[in-house]
Amino acid sequence: MKIAVCVKQVPDSWAEKKMVDSRLDREGVDAVLNDLDEYAVEEALRIVEAHGGNEEGGPHTITIITMGPERATEAIRKALSMGANDAILISDSALAGSDALATSAVLAKTIADGGFDLVICGTESTDARMSVVPAMLSARLGWAQMTFASKVDLDPAASTISITRVTEAGVDTIKASLPAVVSVVEKINEPRYPSFKGIMAAKKKTIETRDLATVGVSPVSAWSEVKDAALRPARSAGVIVTDSGDGGSALATFLAEKKLI
Amino acid sequence: MSTVIILSDFQGGVATKTTAELATVGARIGDVCAVVLAPVGQGAAMAATIKQGPVASIVIVEANEFAEHGVAAVADALAQVATSKSADAILVASHAFGKEVAGRVAIALESGIITDAVDVAGDKVATQLVFGGSTTVHSTVTHGIPVITLRPNSVEADLSPSSAPTENVSVTISDNSKKSLITSTEPPVKGGRPELTEASIVVSGGRGTNGDFAAVEGFADLLGAAVGASRAATDAGWYPHSHQVGQTGKTVSPQLYVACGISGAIQHRAGMQTSKTIVVVNKDPEAPLFEICDFGVVGDLFAVLPQATSSIAATKS
Repeated sequence: MKIAVCVKQVPDSWAEKKMVDSRLDREGVDAVLNDLDEYAVEEALRIVEAHGGNEEGGPHTITIITMGPERATEAIRKALSMGANDAILISDSALAGSDALATSAVLAKTIADGGFDLVICGTESTDARMSVVPAMLSARLGWAQMTFASKVDLDPAASTISITRVTEAGVDTIKASLPAVVSVVEKINEPRYPSFKGIMAAKKKTIETRDLATVGVSPVSAWSEVKDAALRPARSAGVIVTDSGDGGSALATFLAEKKLI
Repeated sequence: MSTVIILSDFQGGVATKTTAELATVGARIGDVCAVVLAPVGQGAAMAATIKQGPVASIVIVEANEFAEHGVAAVADALAQVATSKSADAILVASHAFGKEVAGRVAIALESGIITDAVDVAGDKVATQLVFGGSTTVHSTVTHGIPVITLRPNSVEADLSPSSAPTENVSVTISDNSKKSLITSTEPPVKGGRPELTEASIVVSGGRGTNGDFAAVEGFADLLGAAVGASRAATDAGWYPHSHQVGQTGKTVSPQLYVACGISGAIQHRAGMQTSKTIVVVNKDPEAPLFEICDFGVVGDLFAVLPQATSSIAATKS
């Protein structure tokens, strides 16, 4: 079975982010593998490990797919060092400023052409936070949408998959036949740290870089546009009291004065 | 006159306040047509619960596929109704389900999409707060019918009485929208507290609780608040991940946010700094969250919270 894991390189979630020319400034900040995508890589590894493995000559492979600048190879190496087999980096200057629609079109074409059976994603990136790409991939590919999974069960022999979907709306059990698009929530697993052996092995793994022409998608400009972006005024500290036995009462008084209780 | 399609939001078969919020924003753009997607036989009863908000008409689509196939079937139907009504904009609630529906509708209608708007003006310009609320962005859709998701609790809903005429419409759900089958559904475990992202008050605990959330929960329950937690607290296993507030968790924007024993790293601030009023209780006077609070108490949360709880309880009784 061929599994694709879609990942994104994002600004470190601990870094301050800012806009430059109506786009997120990606140059001046540390870039890392999107936290939430690590759970997708880990889940792919757990699935193959439960069904015969992805060692060379094994029955399964895991391919990392990402769209981004050349430096996105850093995030890819992290995923490869966790244990994925190889990677495809779609990089093209025409993709700068792409929206989720364009991103999903490029990823979907790459997935469709790659002969994959299963796609696993994180639920969202920590920069744009739209959490729509997995649903869009499902729509574009015409594959089952199995998103917000807190549990994934795969039956390779029957070519079926079932998940537990967890959102604020409740808990659903969903089943489907492959191929399918899965997104996983962070409570699904505990991503492994790359081992030294894994890090060394990742250096030898193939990252194939494709431009848009190779993917076979025409460049499309984003269908939404940022008109303006402004830093919100910084909040300034208000009243701070030190508790000397009456801090709780002071808090109660503040809330009452503000008519918050 | 323009027509704005809203996907009516329900909980337990009853229209939520979010539905009125969507209608309020939609009415700035045009006549609001509220779409009710219901199981067979329940459409009229569900539509009748839309009693508030500037709704001009209600379209009822009854099909059991919505419960069986979820997001894909709902998006399929919504796109068809939007096309048949020549919609000028489509508004959906910005929760996990709504955003996924919007994403699929945008593809079906070859239209641009904006998610997590906190406001939408009459000229369809959406306001978003990005990067954890540090930056305000105004955006427009430049292609197709704007598909915009609106965060619950962001706008003041027009709650004037409504009794819009209803119309039943049938749609055909495509095979591609039936690829996954929902075999069971359980409502969320409420625990008697409001949903984190919808609550008007949130009380959160962090590392300073040392795993004991009793004081935090006691204060939250007195105020009718939701309980949140920092990543440190959820990573330690002290509180469920579903309650995590922050960059990798939920984003909340309540009237009042009370942070207890949370130092306030950027990771956490990103999830709560658009709260209207921020209160901080922390033993450490150097905690960064004090820099953005409206009211802070430097003290032990296990002393401060119980005192505040009993003090407020006394005035309430």
